[in-house]
Amino acid sequence: MTEILWHGRGGQGAFTAARLLGAAFALKDNESYALAFPSFGPERRGAPIRAFTKLDEKPIGDRSEIEKADFSIFLDDTLFSEKSFEELKPNGKILLNTKQSVLSERVISIDADELAIEILKLPITNTIMLGAFAAVSTDVSLENIEKAIYQNMSEKLQRKNILAVRAAAEVIRRENDR
Amino acid sequence: MAQKFLSGNEAFAEGIRLARPQVISAYPITPQTIVVERLSEMVEEGSLKAEFIHVESEHSALSCAMGASSVGARAFTATSSQGLLYMAECLTYASGGRFPIVMMNANRSTALPWNIYGDQRDSISLLDSGWIQAYAVDAQEALDLALMSYHIAENSLVSTPYMANLDGFVLTHTYEVVDVPTQEQADAFLPKFKTENKLDLDNPRNLGFSAGPAHNIAFKYKEHIGLLNAKQVIHQVEQKFAEIFGRKYTGLTENYQTEDADYILITLGSIAGIVKETVDKLRENGEKVGLLRIRYLRPFPNEEIALAVKNARAIAVLEKDISFGNEGTVYTNVNSSLQKSGNTLPCSNYIGGLGGKNISAVEIENIFDELKKEEVKIEFIGIGGGEE
Repeated sequence: MTEILWHGRGGQGAFTAARLLGAAFALKDNESYALAFPSFGPERRGAPIRAFTKLDEKPIGDRSEIEKADFSIFLDDTLFSEKSFEELKPNGKILLNTKQSVLSERVISIDADELAIEILKLPITNTIMLGAFAAVSTDVSLENIEKAIYQNMSEKLQRKNILAVRAAAEVIRRENDR
Repeated sequence: MAQKFLSGNEAFAEGIRLARPQVISAYPITPQTIVVERLSEMVEEGSLKAEFIHVESEHSALSCAMGASSVGARAFTATSSQGLLYMAECLTYASGGRFPIVMMNANRSTALPWNIYGDQRDSISLLDSGWIQAYAVDAQEALDLALMSYHIAENSLVSTPYMANLDGFVLTHTYEVVDVPTQEQADAFLPKFKTENKLDLDNPRNLGFSAGPAHNIAFKYKEHIGLLNAKQVIHQVEQKFAEIFGRKYTGLTENYQTEDADYILITLGSIAGIVKETVDKLRENGEKVGLLRIRYLRPFPNEEIALAVKNARAIAVLEKDISFGNEGTVYTNVNSSLQKSGNTLPCSNYIGGLGGKNISAVEIENIFDELKKEEVKIEFIGIGGGEE
C-alpha cells in the first residue's frame, strides 16, 4: 500500500488534492483501490489540517489515519519541521512547497506559490502539489490525474487546474534532468 | 453502472436518488449533513423528483415522513446522534404505525461529554424501537442498502421502518470507489410503493389509532412478526439484487473464514474492514481465526450466529457501545443466541471506538491473542474491565 499524508491549512484545498489523487489512482484498472479522507472535525480557514490518501491493489479495510507515510506533502512550509521526518516510512519522501532551498535527500522542494499565482492567479497550491506528486510517483499517471480533475472538479476550475498539474509536473521533471 | 469516487454519505444519497423517494424531510446534523445536502441539490437540479421539506427539528423530520407514508408516498429522512435521540418519540410511532420509512443514521457518539465523532451508542440505544437496523461496512454497501431498504421495508409481510447505519466520519466522510447503478437497473429492481396502510378516499380506514389493554398486545405481536418476517424477505431481496447488479450479500451476517475457525471475532460496521485484514494476516501465520460481521442487528441473527460459532473454541464481541452498569448490548444479544443454542463456549466483550477513538490493527490482534486463553472478559480497550 502507498500512503500519502497531506499537510495544509484550512482553505488551501489539501483534502481536495487527497481526493483527486484517490480518484485518479482508481481509474487505473479494476484492481486499484483507494481511500481518501480529511482529519475529521470542525473546519476553520487557516488552521492546520491533514488529509490522507491510501492506494492499494486490494480493498483497503484500515480506515485509520496514516501514521507513517510513503509521501508527506506540505502545501505550506510553515507546517514543516524536523519532526516531519518522524511521519515517514524508512524510504519515505517529503514533497515541500517552499521558496527556501532545503538540503535533504528526502525532501523534494518546489515553489508552488509562484506557479499558482502564475497559472491560477491565486495562492492555492493543492493541484500544483498534486502535479508535482504525479511526476515523482510511479503509482499514478499525469493523464489519470487530469481525468480525475475532469470528473470531480466544477467546469470552470477544470482547465486552469489541468494547466497547473501539467506545469508542476514539468518543473519537477526539469529538476530531475539537471 | 458508473464507477465514481464517493464518500459514504454521497454513495447513500446516490442510492436514495435511484430509489425515487417522493418526500424527503430532514434536519442537518454532523456527520449526516452531506447526505441531506446532496439530496437537496438533486431535487433542485431536477435529477430527483421529490418534495424536499426543510423542517425545524428531527422530531418534525420523522413526523413529516410519517405523514407522507400515511398517504402512500415513499419517504426518506436522515439523522445522527442527538438528532436521533430527539426523534426517539416518533420512532415507535413509525414502527407501530407500520410505516416503511427509510432513515439513514450517521452513527455518532451521544453527549455528554459533547463529541461529534463516531460510535454506535445512538442507534443501539434505540434497538427496541421496532425498526429494522442495518450496518454498512463500506460506501458500496451503503449505496446498496439504500436501494434494498425500501424493497425490504415495503414488503407487505414486513411493513416496518428501516434504519441504515453508517459509521460517522470513517464511513460517511471517507471517499472510495463505488459502482453506481443506472436508473434503468434500479427501476428493474425496485417496484413502486404500494400499500393498503394509507389514507384513501375510496377505501377509508383508520390509521394512527389507539388500542387499549384488550388489543394492544396483539398489535405488538404483529409488529414483532413483521420484523421476524424481514429475515426471509432480506434473503429474497438480496437474491434479486445479485441477479440485477451482480453483487452478492449474505443476509443478516457476513461470515469470513469462520468455517474452521477456533477463534471468531464478532463485530459490526466499518471496523470489520480492518478485522478482515487482521484475519488474513493471522491466517498466513497458520492461526485459525475468523470474523463474523453482523449486518442486521434487528432482526437479530440468532440462528446465523449459533451456526457460525458452533465449532469455535472461544469468541469475542467487539462493539462501539456500552450499556452502562452491564455490558455491550451486542454482547448481551450474542450471549442470548449462544444460550438458546446450548453453546457454552467462552464469549468475551471488547468495548472500543467510543467518541471516535481509533481501534488499531494491533489492538485487534491483541483480542485474537487474548481469545486463546479461552476466558470470559468484559473490557474497555486500552483501559480494562470494570471492577465488580
